[in-house]
Amino acid sequence: MSAPSPLAPGDVIERALERAKRAGADAADAVLVESEALEARVRGEEIDFVTQAREHTLGIRALVGGAAGFRSAITSTSDLSPEAVDRMAEETVALARATAEDPDAGIPEEGFAEDLPDLALFDAADRGVAVEARIEDARRAESAARAADARIANSEGSTVGSDFSHIVYGNSAGFLGQYDAASHSLYSEPIARANGSMQRDYWLTVARRLADLEEPGAVGRRAAERATRRLGGRRIPTCAVPVIFDPMTAPSLLGHLASCVNGYTVYREASFLAGRLHETVASSLVTVIDDGRRPGGLGSKPFDGEGLPTRRNVLVEKGRLDTYLLDSYAARKLGLRSTGSAARSAGSAPSAAPTNLWLQPGARTLEELIADTDRGLLVTELIGMGFNPVTGDYSRGAAGLWIEDGEIRYPVEEITIAGNLGEMLTAIDAVGSDLLWLGRIASPSLRVAEMMVAGT
Amino acid sequence: MNDAPAPGREDDALRFFRSRFGLDDRSLSSALDTALERRIDYADLFFEHATQDSVSLEEGIVKSGDRHVEQGVGVRAQAGERQGYAHSDEVTVESMRLAASTARAISQAAGTPSPVPMSASTPRRDLYPVSRAPTDVPVGRKVALLDAIDRYARGLDPRVKQVMASVVSQHRTVLVAGSDGTLVGDVRPLVRVNVQVIAADPAGRREIGYCGTGGRFDLERLLEAEEWQHAAREAVRIATLNLAAEPCPAGTMDVVLGPGWPGILLHEAVGHGLEGDFNRKQTSAFSDRLGQRVATEGVTVIDDGTLAERRGSLNVDDEGTPTQRTVLIENGILRGYLQDRLNARLMGADPTGNGRRESYAHLPMPRMTNTFMLAGDEAPEDVLRSVKNGIYAVSFGGGQVDITSGKFVFSANEAYRIEDGRVGAPLVGATLIGNGPDVLTRVTRIGNDLALDRGVGTCGKDGQSVPVGVGLPTIRIDGITVGGTEG
Repeated sequence: MSAPSPLAPGDVIERALERAKRAGADAADAVLVESEALEARVRGEEIDFVTQAREHTLGIRALVGGAAGFRSAITSTSDLSPEAVDRMAEETVALARATAEDPDAGIPEEGFAEDLPDLALFDAADRGVAVEARIEDARRAESAARAADARIANSEGSTVGSDFSHIVYGNSAGFLGQYDAASHSLYSEPIARANGSMQRDYWLTVARRLADLEEPGAVGRRAAERATRRLGGRRIPTCAVPVIFDPMTAPSLLGHLASCVNGYTVYREASFLAGRLHETVASSLVTVIDDGRRPGGLGSKPFDGEGLPTRRNVLVEKGRLDTYLLDSYAARKLGLRSTGSAARSAGSAPSAAPTNLWLQPGARTLEELIADTDRGLLVTELIGMGFNPVTGDYSRGAAGLWIEDGEIRYPVEEITIAGNLGEMLTAIDAVGSDLLWLGRIASPSLRVAEMMVAGT
Repeated sequence: MNDAPAPGREDDALRFFRSRFGLDDRSLSSALDTALERRIDYADLFFEHATQDSVSLEEGIVKSGDRHVEQGVGVRAQAGERQGYAHSDEVTVESMRLAASTARAISQAAGTPSPVPMSASTPRRDLYPVSRAPTDVPVGRKVALLDAIDRYARGLDPRVKQVMASVVSQHRTVLVAGSDGTLVGDVRPLVRVNVQVIAADPAGRREIGYCGTGGRFDLERLLEAEEWQHAAREAVRIATLNLAAEPCPAGTMDVVLGPGWPGILLHEAVGHGLEGDFNRKQTSAFSDRLGQRVATEGVTVIDDGTLAERRGSLNVDDEGTPTQRTVLIENGILRGYLQDRLNARLMGADPTGNGRRESYAHLPMPRMTNTFMLAGDEAPEDVLRSVKNGIYAVSFGGGQVDITSGKFVFSANEAYRIEDGRVGAPLVGATLIGNGPDVLTRVTRIGNDLALDRGVGTCGKDGQSVPVGVGLPTIRIDGITVGGTEG
């Protein structure tokens, strides 16, 4: 039977690197992720499920040098016994030898994180949180949602999660770093019913520390309000109108933007923003920042997936594209320097990814944006995958609220909104003040001057 | 890492876990007994050992290879509607017992262990025999395949600027031990080749094309030129075709869906809404509609996990229930739901072999296997010819559904205008949106050309991904909303 490793986390990494080297690797790095997680859902009066888990995964990357560059491979396993680590390190090197030499492959040689600032990624006091206490949070959200409105007749439940992780990274250039992180969440998804039709919606809160979560009753009530306001949704005739994205839907546009300024899609020329560095790609209202050291941020970490210090990167400043998101490989491919944006899970090679990404808020409230819109659509939910990063073409299913004479008139559903992300970014003519963090990407409300809305 | 079991039948899974982790009937029974010390309706153990490797190519070279070994055990206890679940990547008697006592915590009432002696079920069938585990095929052959795909795709058209290709091999062994005496295993191979091509024209316009192929069979089959050349040709054809694509019109129109992959319509529009959990909780737009008309006459929709070698097929589901062919819609009438054990028990129905999970780290839930519509009798050309003006969509990317409102979308990556019954200009990025309980009542013609997809589909639900298949004959749908940019 496999047993927990007798080695300390740092020693597992050291051993993996040493064995990889002995097997013939010219460079190597390794990641160890240990985690404990609990999740529970309450639906109505009843517990739906409770799950608890403890896991650890080790990932090793080995690079073998040749005349034209490094060959590389990655392996991962949950078996951390010394024999398994040794065997895996050797197999990683063997696998690497089967790949081609890549002149740009490698690990960073210098510039590793020296300071590991306290980024408030967990609260030691939360360690001992009892599953019963979290279930109680779910119960409170669930009963608040169900009590909020007579039309809330059912639900998919209220779900809580807490997870704690310890991340260790080391490489053959001598860097070894580790940190702890946690995340806690509460998600409520009630169902409203009226006149034979049903609508679901949700609200959630997520934070690094339990104390920073929104009060459970407020989460349930907000979720119920969002579900009931969708009742009686209508379809609308096909038209071209201004479209306002709320803080729940606007982050998806930033997510698309992030994928298009990702160094990997750029060097592959699989992005419509490839070759557009230092050009104007969005309206002057658009400033987009990625900051890996935002205190308490859900994407914060003291060093990136290659041991480089995380930092604040201004991707777009007043509409001008200032930098791509780069790890050291994408940087080498493009003749640039890493932006400290390497993401890494135990089982994957480094890649570039945003940490805490947001659109700088403006001065006006969402209500003011609506009042300033004669006739248009407020989008509150998007479904489907209709985005093509190569061309920027965008077409997704939507639901929301119809605006007439600066006021919300009625809910709309079964419509699509379509455009091209490049044109949409340029056509942003209003940015709200209501920046809201519910994940690693956040945005205030924003308005696109015109999009095609397809309906009847 | 040649420690995966030899491919084969259910008893191979049992032998593998016995020898690798020293599991015997006593340790299994003892863990189940621990779970049953409270009043529990059912408890089970799910063991898994999975090896996956992938090799990928871009810019003309195979830049990396990776290999992952995942193993663990999940212990589940059910009491009424409640489920307790604990899992660990350590497979030891100690971790199993700890997990069992965590899982049983959902029940406060004391119970009496009433162990049912375990009996290994005899192998019924093997839907996916392979001569060796795909993860045991030397990596050099996978590298050579990708190099060949790259050369071939680039040689097809000078406008091809970038080829990205990968080959993914998986070998998964599972074992389920239940408190009702169930003891059943499965050994599941899964292979896939993906080809993605970016083409550019002299004016600088760039487009992407994609095609993949795969299933539960010997990796050697994908090494045959016929298989991978088809995928490469398709990826190049779609990328170059889209270089000439026109903006898609927006509005309500008549649509013809081509055979095969457009079956994603069924997956999104009706399949998810017919999963037992949503219907037991009455959160689906299809709740309480058994026996009612939900499609035009002639529309019959099936979920079938027993198709040999298909990506969505399983010998047994992840609760040990044999998979089956389930009629969801028969001649337009809603006939059945997809069930796992929990929801079948609570709804007084039989499990349908649709209890699936991504891995030992997840609770099972009702999921689709291979979902398709039976063929009609019209020639596909006649279906097309029947439409005066509309859209012909033949290949799709992803889709999504809101099972409560019933609204679903799916996005075409190959579509054309239909003008006077003839296929016209290619269109960019058409997204279709509709209402699940309504859309199949708009099906007015059904072709005789049922085809299944090429074996690359993955379905996500509640954060869990599982491989699935879809299928469709050519069909005509009247009056569906198409999301484009042209008014």
